[in-house]
Amino acid sequence: MGTTPQELYAEREKRVLDTLALKKPDRVPILVMASWYPAKRAGMTIEEVMYDPEKLWKSQWDCMIELEPDMDQNPFGLRLLGPILETLDFRQLKWPGHGVAPNLSYQFVEGEYMKADEYDRFLEDPTDFMLRLYWPRVFGALKAFEKLPPLRNIITYAVGTPFGFGAFNAPDMREALETLMKAGERSAVIADYTRRYSEKTREAGFPLQFGAFSQAPFDILSDYFRGMKGSMLDMYRRPDKVLKACEKILPFAIEMARGGAKMSGNPRVFIPLHKGLDGFMSQDQFDRFFWPTLRELMVTLINDGLTPCPLWEGNCTSRLEAIKDIPAGKAMYAFEATDIFKAKEVLGDRICIRGNVPLSLLATGKPEDVTAYCKKLIDAVGKEGGYIMDASAGLDDAREENVAAMFKITKEYGIY
Amino acid sequence: MNEKLINLMADLMEEETIALVKELIEKGENPMDILNDARSAMEVVGKRFESCEYFIPDLMMAGEILRGISDIVKPLLEKESGSAKKGKVLIGTVAGDIHDIGKDIVTFMLDVSGYDVLDIGIDVPVATFIEKIKEFNPQVVALSGFLTLAYDSMKKTVEAMEAEGIRQNMKIMIGGGQMDDEIRKYVAADAYGKDAIAAVNLCKQWIGG
Repeated sequence: MGTTPQELYAEREKRVLDTLALKKPDRVPILVMASWYPAKRAGMTIEEVMYDPEKLWKSQWDCMIELEPDMDQNPFGLRLLGPILETLDFRQLKWPGHGVAPNLSYQFVEGEYMKADEYDRFLEDPTDFMLRLYWPRVFGALKAFEKLPPLRNIITYAVGTPFGFGAFNAPDMREALETLMKAGERSAVIADYTRRYSEKTREAGFPLQFGAFSQAPFDILSDYFRGMKGSMLDMYRRPDKVLKACEKILPFAIEMARGGAKMSGNPRVFIPLHKGLDGFMSQDQFDRFFWPTLRELMVTLINDGLTPCPLWEGNCTSRLEAIKDIPAGKAMYAFEATDIFKAKEVLGDRICIRGNVPLSLLATGKPEDVTAYCKKLIDAVGKEGGYIMDASAGLDDAREENVAAMFKITKEYGIY
Repeated sequence: MNEKLINLMADLMEEETIALVKELIEKGENPMDILNDARSAMEVVGKRFESCEYFIPDLMMAGEILRGISDIVKPLLEKESGSAKKGKVLIGTVAGDIHDIGKDIVTFMLDVSGYDVLDIGIDVPVATFIEKIKEFNPQVVALSGFLTLAYDSMKKTVEAMEAEGIRQNMKIMIGGGQMDDEIRKYVAADAYGKDAIAAVNLCKQWIGG
């Protein structure tokens, strides 16, 4: 076992990378998605850490130092959201002080942010659709953008230019542009903290789990544009449009992942998955609408040398055979409520799996129950490597003694 | 009973079902019979969901077709169907949680299964639950929650029902994203249901129908 932070960094990284490559590491690695747990542990409210980067830093850092996971997370991208969301008057989330109490996590506001009859406009020119229809709906402060003319018509001195910029002179548009500059400042702060936090964790001997983010094309369409109900009905009423939209979104999903990985220098791409789980669609619908573009996203990233790390939320037991079909030893599948023993059976020789200590157990159970559950996971799923210990989803309301028990048993009993 | 209508709707053929309903109305068919056939079709849909032939999108689609039929048929009915409801269920998403999709599907399935359902919305404070339960006096209270933050809200809601002396008169079921039987024990509810059909079956078991 190493002693310097550099040695520990190399050791931890190797432990996870070996597991990813389906080689047997020295012990079962343990990674967690801490979510709001570090703030609660530190006695801070969610509102405090969403707005105060120093508090967010301290809570995440202290938690990492105490638990010593094999890889940690950079919290800034998904947590320091208060100032920028407020600046933009963001409508798709409720967050502390803006619709939920100070100590509650932010929550998504379901809606049809793209109407059923707007597929063609989206497909014809997604950027134009985003600028003039979607942004004004999701960013209250950019409402004026709905009055913009199609900017693609501003081409040269006679074509578009003389009259094309008139809309930028309106008072509400000037205000919206001021807001964008302010949002730019907020983004710069998030980026700066993200970069510095990554440096510090490296110096302290902790690699980071993820360096980029993306989503399945169907999820992007369903979560942010059409809503759950809208997208589900679309599968019956306008299936071809759904497929075309997923194909249109695929290159953006790839671009998002590549961009993040390039900026962070970390090849692991976090891909939380929402609508493809058991019960949310039939196997036929999964095979037709969800999986093809998700598979292509993952295979493209793998061919680029990146590592897709999807979190299969909910229960995906019935999808295991289908989702096996990607190159071996190149991805990390985290499971929430999927039968992980079955997952080991089906995916064990192809894909490293991660999870799924139930949050209900971590939040309401006793340490000895957690220990027993983790032991069972190590024995059955950890066999011969290919398994990473984690909770079923973000730790949030887990009890400290239960989290400690999960780490302790993994480090003691998880040695191969 | 119109087998064709029931089959078309149960197979989720939206356009064909609506076209047939319009045709039947034009021919002078009794609107109440059409509505009853639609309910029979929903029973088939429920059974197919239970046997894992249908999934949530199918329930949503069936709901849309039913809404389409009701839009055509209801204005023609002299008054709301006289058929007595099977029992009363109060449902709401607990304090702090703003999720409604799961709750809405459960509400819809209970409603079409013949229960008198009062949906009191999302992010419902404990005091509001108590107040509405006292007013409505249901046999079943359904607590919905998607996130772990709902654990304690559910627990407090049940505790308040205890404290108010109304707990023993009713059954409590919980459901939603992070719920399971562990949480059922933690919040001291009577049952956890994994989906809308489980909720219907629990009501059948508890209050009949």
